[in-house]
Amino acid sequence: MKFSGKVWKFGDDIDTDLIIPARYLNTSDPEELAKHCMEDADASFYSKVQKGDIIVAGKNFGCGSSREHAPVAIKACGVSCVIAKTFARIFYRNAFNIGLSIFECEEAVEKIDEGDVLEVDASTGIIKNLTKNEEYRATPVPEFMQEIISAGGLINYVKKKVSRNA
Amino acid sequence: MGMTITEKILAAHAGKDFVEPGELISAKVDLVLGNDITAPLAIKEFRKIGIDKVFDKKRVVLVPDHFTPNKDIKSAEQCKFMREFVREQELEFYYEVGRMGIEHCLLPEEGLVGPGQVIIGADSHTCTYGALGAFSTGVGSTDLAAAMALGETWFKVPESLKFIYYGNLPRWVSGKDLILYTIGKIGVDGALYRAMEFTGPVIEELSMDSRFTMCNMAIEAGGENGIIAPDEKTKQYIEGRMKFPYEFYYSDEDAKYLEVYEIDVTNMELQVAFPHLPENTKPVSEAVNVRIDQAVIGSCTNGRIEDLRIAAEVLKGNKVHPDVRAIIFPGTQKIYMQAMKEGLVEIFIEAGAAVSTPTCGPCLGGHMGILAKGERAIATTNRNFVGRMGHPESEVYLSNPAVAAASAVLGRIAHPDEVIKK
Repeated sequence: MKFSGKVWKFGDDIDTDLIIPARYLNTSDPEELAKHCMEDADASFYSKVQKGDIIVAGKNFGCGSSREHAPVAIKACGVSCVIAKTFARIFYRNAFNIGLSIFECEEAVEKIDEGDVLEVDASTGIIKNLTKNEEYRATPVPEFMQEIISAGGLINYVKKKVSRNA
Repeated sequence: MGMTITEKILAAHAGKDFVEPGELISAKVDLVLGNDITAPLAIKEFRKIGIDKVFDKKRVVLVPDHFTPNKDIKSAEQCKFMREFVREQELEFYYEVGRMGIEHCLLPEEGLVGPGQVIIGADSHTCTYGALGAFSTGVGSTDLAAAMALGETWFKVPESLKFIYYGNLPRWVSGKDLILYTIGKIGVDGALYRAMEFTGPVIEELSMDSRFTMCNMAIEAGGENGIIAPDEKTKQYIEGRMKFPYEFYYSDEDAKYLEVYEIDVTNMELQVAFPHLPENTKPVSEAVNVRIDQAVIGSCTNGRIEDLRIAAEVLKGNKVHPDVRAIIFPGTQKIYMQAMKEGLVEIFIEAGAAVSTPTCGPCLGGHMGILAKGERAIATTNRNFVGRMGHPESEVYLSNPAVAAASAVLGRIAHPDEVIKK
């Protein structure tokens, strides 16, 4: 699968309260959550973001709470994937579990600027910066995470497991 | 080769004699936990799996603690949705408002979690139970859903960091100060994906309540889990409480650590984490000019009886500053009752503080103490992110209960010795 879109760039340690503030967690409806995505980091994010756009951020993206509402909100507002230097552990699991594509690539984060247009090949982890005519390579996705992705998320993976055991 | 306590617990739950860091395992879970924010999403995902019943109705524990007592209609709907699932599945351990507590104060108190167990919870502070010598970590709602169905989950065995605390613990310095200091030292991703093993003579001296506080904040350094080997204090704590089997594990002498940190506490000052990350820690002496509008004492980090006793010691005979709202949240109904019996609640109310039923409320900016634009709070909670307690332009400073109580009295961040009535 290939993603292409315009970059929105954020800094280090973007926590889950910035991604989706707790005051909106009285619902789990993806469309409602999307409206407040990144609100406390950039109040106009939802009005600007276009389908397919890509979030690029520094280290420890998604730190803090376990709220799965965070990757859900990102996915529901149309963002195709997130590229960061590193991801916080729970966010990392959650993103794979709900089918939000994420990539770790320090070089890409260093070189990409806001507004750049990227093309990301999910199967190879190759990130093409069409604006700057550069190419970066993301850390390969671990095999087990690949299995979850190809099953279509953790629930489908578990479903298969349960039906095999039945 | 030796193993750490974390590796041993994971190996036992994966049916293996030996595991090593980086290894991917499928592990049985002793208990899974959800709350009124994360469980509704987990229940929706659970329904998609296509099995009718959870793996064990005794070992799926749901606690309505975040937006409860229901703060608005949507929250009420979420709680109702969760409650209906509890009834349908006949879950044995469910704690309704009036009987409940903040989950990470409640589960140890109720004996639902204990040494040597593997616990996952759809709440990042699930790492709290490591204080009992358990492997315990936070996950998201979909992981919770899968574990509710299967009774197992996957882990990548984490590398371990060892923290050795030694020296003489100064007056007022608590588990909260040790963990804030540690996060300040290694940073909010200093333990990313790793186990944080807290050891040394100072840890042995610490009460269980202070140990819970330390393990609770392992996640604020990015840790997968925090863990403290069980000892006599652990054994005393769990005696007569435990509802499930448990086992004591200890790290081998030759266990491998990615890094060992030695921390001398003898000259440690009380710690305050400045906005907007828990790693922004400074000694309280550098914070005493910071004026505050609100002081919050409680939460899964510092809402236990020892915390309330310390707050009462500082507040006794004092009055909350006219410009400050002080709000105190006992962690559970039992802690609340104990605080009443000991006369602590009377001290709080005499001082002019509000005392609330247990709830996560203000800690995550849910309700019961939201900050307006430009307002500033000192809190014994665990996070001081942008907008954490309310308006994105409000601020949260983190401290132990003694500092928070002293600050409530003086209207600015303060050392407890500044206000204590001898």
